[in-house]
Amino acid sequence: MSDTEHRLPERDRPWMMRTYAGHSTAKKSNELYRSNLSKGQTGLSIAFDLPTQTGYDADHELARGEVGKVGVPVAHKGDMKQLLDGIPLDKMNTSMTINATAAWLLALYIVTAEDTGVDQQLLQGTTQNDIIKEFLARGTYAFPPGPSMRLIADMVAYTVTEVPKWNPINICSYHLQEAGATPVQEIAYAMSNAIAVLDAVRERVEEDQMGRVFSRISFFVNAGVRFVEEHAKLRAMGILWEELGRERYGVTDEKQLRFRYGVQVNSLGLTESQPENNVQRIVLEALAVTMGRNARARAVQLPAWNEALGLPRPWDQQWALRMQQVLAYETDLLEYPDIFEGSVVMDGLVSELLEGARAEMAVVAEHGGAVAGVDYMKAALVDSHRERIHRIEAGEQIVVGLNKYTETEPSPLMDEEGGIMTVDLGVQQEAIEALAAWRESRDQAAVDAALAEVRRVALTDENIMQATIAAARAGVTTGEWSQALRDAFGEYRGPTGVGEAAAGADDQDIEALREEVDRVSDALGRRLKILVGKPGLDGHSNGSEQIAVRARDAGMDVVYEGIRLTPAQITQSALQEGVHVVGLSILSGSHRELIPDIVTSLREAGVDAPVVVGGIIPEADEQPLKDAGVAAVYTPKDFDMRRIMRDIVALVAEHNGIADPAAAGAA
Amino acid sequence: MAAAGPPDGAALAARLRDGDLAAAPAVLNLVENRGAAARPQIAALLGGVSPTALGAEAAGHVIGVTGPPGAGKSTLLSTLVREWRGQDRSVAVLAVDPSSRRSGGSLLGDRARITFDPHDAATFIRSTAAGTRLGGLAPATRAAAHALAIAFDVVVIETVGVGQSETEISEVADTVAVIVQPGSGDSLQFLKSGIMEIPDVLVVTKADLGQIALRARRDLAAALRSAGSRDTAVVAVSAVASPPVGMAELTQALDAHRATLDLPARRLASRRASALADFVVEHGERGLRAVGGRRDAGRLLAAQDPGDDIPTLVAALEAAAPGIMGTA
Repeated sequence: MSDTEHRLPERDRPWMMRTYAGHSTAKKSNELYRSNLSKGQTGLSIAFDLPTQTGYDADHELARGEVGKVGVPVAHKGDMKQLLDGIPLDKMNTSMTINATAAWLLALYIVTAEDTGVDQQLLQGTTQNDIIKEFLARGTYAFPPGPSMRLIADMVAYTVTEVPKWNPINICSYHLQEAGATPVQEIAYAMSNAIAVLDAVRERVEEDQMGRVFSRISFFVNAGVRFVEEHAKLRAMGILWEELGRERYGVTDEKQLRFRYGVQVNSLGLTESQPENNVQRIVLEALAVTMGRNARARAVQLPAWNEALGLPRPWDQQWALRMQQVLAYETDLLEYPDIFEGSVVMDGLVSELLEGARAEMAVVAEHGGAVAGVDYMKAALVDSHRERIHRIEAGEQIVVGLNKYTETEPSPLMDEEGGIMTVDLGVQQEAIEALAAWRESRDQAAVDAALAEVRRVALTDENIMQATIAAARAGVTTGEWSQALRDAFGEYRGPTGVGEAAAGADDQDIEALREEVDRVSDALGRRLKILVGKPGLDGHSNGSEQIAVRARDAGMDVVYEGIRLTPAQITQSALQEGVHVVGLSILSGSHRELIPDIVTSLREAGVDAPVVVGGIIPEADEQPLKDAGVAAVYTPKDFDMRRIMRDIVALVAEHNGIADPAAAGAA
Repeated sequence: MAAAGPPDGAALAARLRDGDLAAAPAVLNLVENRGAAARPQIAALLGGVSPTALGAEAAGHVIGVTGPPGAGKSTLLSTLVREWRGQDRSVAVLAVDPSSRRSGGSLLGDRARITFDPHDAATFIRSTAAGTRLGGLAPATRAAAHALAIAFDVVVIETVGVGQSETEISEVADTVAVIVQPGSGDSLQFLKSGIMEIPDVLVVTKADLGQIALRARRDLAAALRSAGSRDTAVVAVSAVASPPVGMAELTQALDAHRATLDLPARRLASRRASALADFVVEHGERGLRAVGGRRDAGRLLAAQDPGDDIPTLVAALEAAAPGIMGTA
């Protein structure tokens, strides 16, 4: 073997290194970006807060508690300008995790570049812009599926000529894995999703543009800790993508057929217990997306070790960046051609995955494709996730520090603040005041005219981008632009996926639980009824869906209304439905504001049912929530849902003065 | 905290008579209660809202809405509720969920699909699991419909049109609307063959499909004629169109049916049918045999005072079959 076969003539350039970041205000986030770039980060990844992602201004009822929490609030071009201050937009490669409102944030980005003298032809970056996975897994949708797909197609059609270096959409399989997808489901649903997008775009561009369109579609994938299979998954995706380009869209140019993807590795598997173990999980997952040259990521962002505890601090993010740098600059990974070429194991895994994915893609096609098949895919994901939890509960799937090897020394990484960042509660008020000042300062007539134009175009077949960019220039806000489209397209509530979920396997535990639910129900006079609610804008509904399905399997009547509920809605449902217990789930960090509001609202309405809370709740917040009237708090370390169910039944029994039979027997 | 007893049925009846819509949740909590302590309170509630107590039938319009899964019932209902509220009519929706009861539990998802203003006191939505039989109405739903019709302008019972529910819903509702979507040949076949009861109003959804919906509407009207119905209104609607199509026409068709109805006769039949159904739920086929079978039971009920409420009628049946009460 000659040198040239097993060594590269020259070391590869590393992938682009990013950190998903943003919080509090545009100014604070800008400081963070500059500091991250000075540490060797090579691209930007903007995390927007939930009101910005779902199209609400900071003063909207649903924005309460969410402003500046999981990302930065950007309400208008002034915020965007401050966010990107001092960053050269003609050179920077910026990834924006934005979907329902992607057209709007891209318009703000374009206008900001324009104001600093940078032509949109030079802009490089990505808008996530994948709405189907929002319906399936992440929940930051705003408009119904049809109009949402139209907005995506408009953006693709616009950018392909006007912002030619931009990736207008990142087809996301990332969130599917977070929602419990198996590798086969992850591949199949992402590819089906891409087909839906490309078919929609095909109707809006000239046939000879399809090659260019195809080449602008990139993917955003996940990698779990089973890193060998995960690497095979990426190779399989590359093969399917090329096949799709050639066969369905007639693309022939090799470069245009390349499967390009960015990655954020798995958060679902990160644990709250012994959180330092997450470091090795993250490194192994990073290996999955970098080790084989033929399927290597173009851009990588790694989560922080303490994500399951709360919001990471700058130091935690620095640690995640350093993992990438060690992998790229210290190891010999980038010196070789593809190290799995000719591997029997790798080839075998790839063909297994290809076979499974093709079969599952055919099922989605039978359901009418990814848009019509959202309900089917959602239910399938809820099922897979339930299976995963079941395996962990049963000890069949080992999670170190969680269901095995749980003995631990106290962690020196946890400081007095619990090893996480806390966002100043004054951020929302500050944002509301700034918004009022912005509205005062602008030319209202120009704003009204721009919004009228957005509304007009929305009801026609014209491309939405020009009107959107004009609105951004006029000083329109995120909430106003979104409301104009909500007026035109209507409000939408996504599928919950729980109604269709199959019942779990019967076992002794569930039988015993059912007996207890029956006993308590008889004593209550009617069946034990629980309301499972997701307040706020957080769309990560996996946890609440699993609780809802499990409660049903345990014999309870379950009222589950999906995501994005206001305290008034939750109160009204609890009251009208006559529930015995209320379960609330929040992962976005808005629990300190929203939960006490809801408890107060319930009690004022005369609902005295106990309230339990689950989600990413830092330990320090547990007592304040209990002081506010919450009966129990569950966090990711409480992985055993059987125990949670037993607790809930006992809580209802105690609250209603129903005696414990064991205690009664002893008396 | 000690268990509070069931709420005072007579007091709830008084609140309903006064038009107090806020009584609705407690009314449902009571009628759903199968415990022994709740029985006299339920009897007091229904006695307090009976025609005898009121001197008339309850003024509210009880509407049954049914149709096959996926026909768009919840979406339609969501829009319809808005339409009624726009006409300043108060609305109670009793959504009967068909979830299987293998585990005893159920997922009540309909509420998620009905959008309404949480600050609006004149919209009440309650989800209930179906009875033990597939698609059957629980006794509580029948009782709730009778009681809420005193205070609410419109009471909707929503069920999935499978199994027994269509027959049962026509026993309880003043007006039955069946929802079908265009292209569902089943409905057409069922109508023609007489498997499907003839509804009072037939609603074709997805009118935004244009020609397909028009054709469906024509076919259904023809099928209804050949099945011998001249009165059934066929309305095409689209709840997803912006703005929705056919809503005013639909509420008018429902109102028109109600206007032609002999309400006291239909309500009387409804109470007697409900009493018989409740009796069977409680005492089974054996109980039915003890009163001499379905026909004798019907005769016995027909001999009772027309103003009697359901529990009084059930008690009359129980009295005619003393053996079944046993020692319980």
